[in-house]
Amino acid sequence: MAPSATTLQVEPSARDRRLARYAAAAIVASLVEAAIPSPLPGVKPGLANIVILIVLARHGWRDAAWVSVLRVVAGSLLAGQFLAPGFFLAGAGALASLAVLGALQAVSWHWLGPVGRSVAAAFAHIGAQLLLARLWLVPHDGLFNLAPVFFGASLLFGILNGIVAARLMQEKA
Amino acid sequence: MRAVRPGDWLVIAAGLLATAATAAAQWGRSPPAMAQVRLDGRIVAELPLNGTHRIALDGALAARGQTVIEVEPGRARIAADPGPRQYCVQQGWLTRAGSVAVCAPSHISLQLVGPGGAHDTVAF
Repeated sequence: MAPSATTLQVEPSARDRRLARYAAAAIVASLVEAAIPSPLPGVKPGLANIVILIVLARHGWRDAAWVSVLRVVAGSLLAGQFLAPGFFLAGAGALASLAVLGALQAVSWHWLGPVGRSVAAAFAHIGAQLLLARLWLVPHDGLFNLAPVFFGASLLFGILNGIVAARLMQEKA
Repeated sequence: MRAVRPGDWLVIAAGLLATAATAAAQWGRSPPAMAQVRLDGRIVAELPLNGTHRIALDGALAARGQTVIEVEPGRARIAADPGPRQYCVQQGWLTRAGSVAVCAPSHISLQLVGPGGAHDTVAF
């Protein structure tokens, strides 16, 4: 096919640039985190979620969803995990978190802050990952023996990430 | 605006509750209920783990002696076996559902079973 004579130029909007900046920050956070040794596969601080929380608070759920999905896809490409099991686990966790964060958008930010949203999203994240791992990777209920450890980690890191996000927003505001 | 808001405490409390509930459900182990003794793969004796029992049976090495199985409340062991290496005897008391002592030369095994059919190990 002959190359088309017309040149299509897509001008990135201010929103595109903003999303790209946030996504880059989230990707860096998840790559930094990949270098931190973990005692148990699946127990991770989830630093990228600090960025997602800030985007959620400042620009709403749609932008947060964009940043989260970009983070998972581009982050896995950079880590060499694209389409590997870890990619699907990360994707399932991200989608479940986004679903919960979306539902919680109906609740006032004055009443429910970044900490509560972070904890709720962390539980949705690990819940979806456990479910997918049980259905697909480790088809045995023995996997659920580790659920209390995962839940405890979700609670701890959910609180910490929420506090960091809240502090960062207070500083900038 | 404060960093931690009223709803946050509620979510944190719910998270604590969920973690504690799963920990209790997953780690609150039910004690073993029964000791099964097998000879050549067939169950030859089932001893409840609430009393004290002692049985002796003839295995594949009956010419050299009997295999003795002892049961005490909550635990069981193979007290004696004519096998040459005594692995099953040295294993000592079994206390967890799913654990097994095998006297291979005698074709005898002792296994503790819980209320639910627990797996001793799963590998992939």
